[in-house]
Amino acid sequence: MVSAVQPASTLRRRAAVAALLRDRGDLLVVAGLGSPAYDLHAAGDSDANFYLWGAMGSAALIGLGLAQAQPARKVLALTGDGEQLMGLGGLATIAVAKPANLVVAVIDNGHFGETGMQPSHTGRGIDLAAVAAACGFAETHKARDLGAVHALCAGLHRPAAGPRLFVIEVAAENPPRSLPPRDAVYQKNRFRARLGLPVS
Amino acid sequence: MNKRTQAPPDAEPVAAARWPDDVYRVLKAARVGHMSYVPDAGHARLIELFHADSGAIVNVLTTEEEGIALAAGAWLGGQRSVLLMQSSGVGNCINTLSLATVGRFPLLMLVTMRGEWAEFNPWQVPMGTGTAAALAAVGVRSLRAETPAALVETVASAAALAYEADQQIAVLFAQRLLGAKKW
Repeated sequence: MVSAVQPASTLRRRAAVAALLRDRGDLLVVAGLGSPAYDLHAAGDSDANFYLWGAMGSAALIGLGLAQAQPARKVLALTGDGEQLMGLGGLATIAVAKPANLVVAVIDNGHFGETGMQPSHTGRGIDLAAVAAACGFAETHKARDLGAVHALCAGLHRPAAGPRLFVIEVAAENPPRSLPPRDAVYQKNRFRARLGLPVS
Repeated sequence: MNKRTQAPPDAEPVAAARWPDDVYRVLKAARVGHMSYVPDAGHARLIELFHADSGAIVNVLTTEEEGIALAAGAWLGGQRSVLLMQSSGVGNCINTLSLATVGRFPLLMLVTMRGEWAEFNPWQVPMGTGTAAALAAVGVRSLRAETPAALVETVASAAALAYEADQQIAVLFAQRLLGAKKW
């Protein structure tokens, strides 16, 4: 699953995530720790967002559990290349579970952006869309410019045959942090309240 | 904690034991509708029961910590999830357990023990010896059961602690209860 390394993307991550979430409607969103969480927060805080500050590797699997518990809702797991590489086996678990209402979107800058911008495995040629396709995801898509992200956004709410994985290739940059709440109990309670569930 | 001396001297082979069916009934009574697992021979019957249950969502995992995330996601969406593994898998969960403890997410882990009783495989011993201590070190309580009767009662109690009192609980199934692995 190693492909030729392409020239670096010039897509800005904040613009890409804002474009993906335009008209998000009743979408439920889980964001992985670090930049994906900051990107989601910058795009607009919501009770229907759950942000991780740790438990690296978990975003897509939290998305799976949520998608299974809420089959009538669309769920987006927003993660980074570093986190999804740590949870590579999770792609197999998701593919086997076949949730048609789950989209995993990897904001792929090819680097570990939080820790000094060391090149990651995707930056060295590992292709997460190809890995997901090999696992049996119903659809995989790549985007490297805003037009392609707009197309993904348009398809986000349509029915799918199974889980989908989007790889959104972005520039390696650290925009000013947009910090979501760190209190996971608070996040959990407001998320469940949004769904009409008891909060204690 | 029960003493090992309370275990039956001639525990039945796993396949003939009735306790997995009792544990399944206890979990259903606790309205657990979501289960994930990395298999263990000691959990085989319980896994079979959940797979046969059209009212339950079941996930097979590539590694145990996936189940911590799944349980949190299921709870966010209103489902009660249970996670099955053997003691070696507890080591894989340690950092991910921060999600459950920091978020006070209900978590019920059913852990079949290895490395502590009539164990033939030395590689199972270190994690089997450290299971409860490793869980305690990151804030997860473990309740240990040595007999079938105690096990069923302990799972029921742990389910209440998890889903009603927002606790993170592992029930450790003593290896003596499970019977020696046939090799």
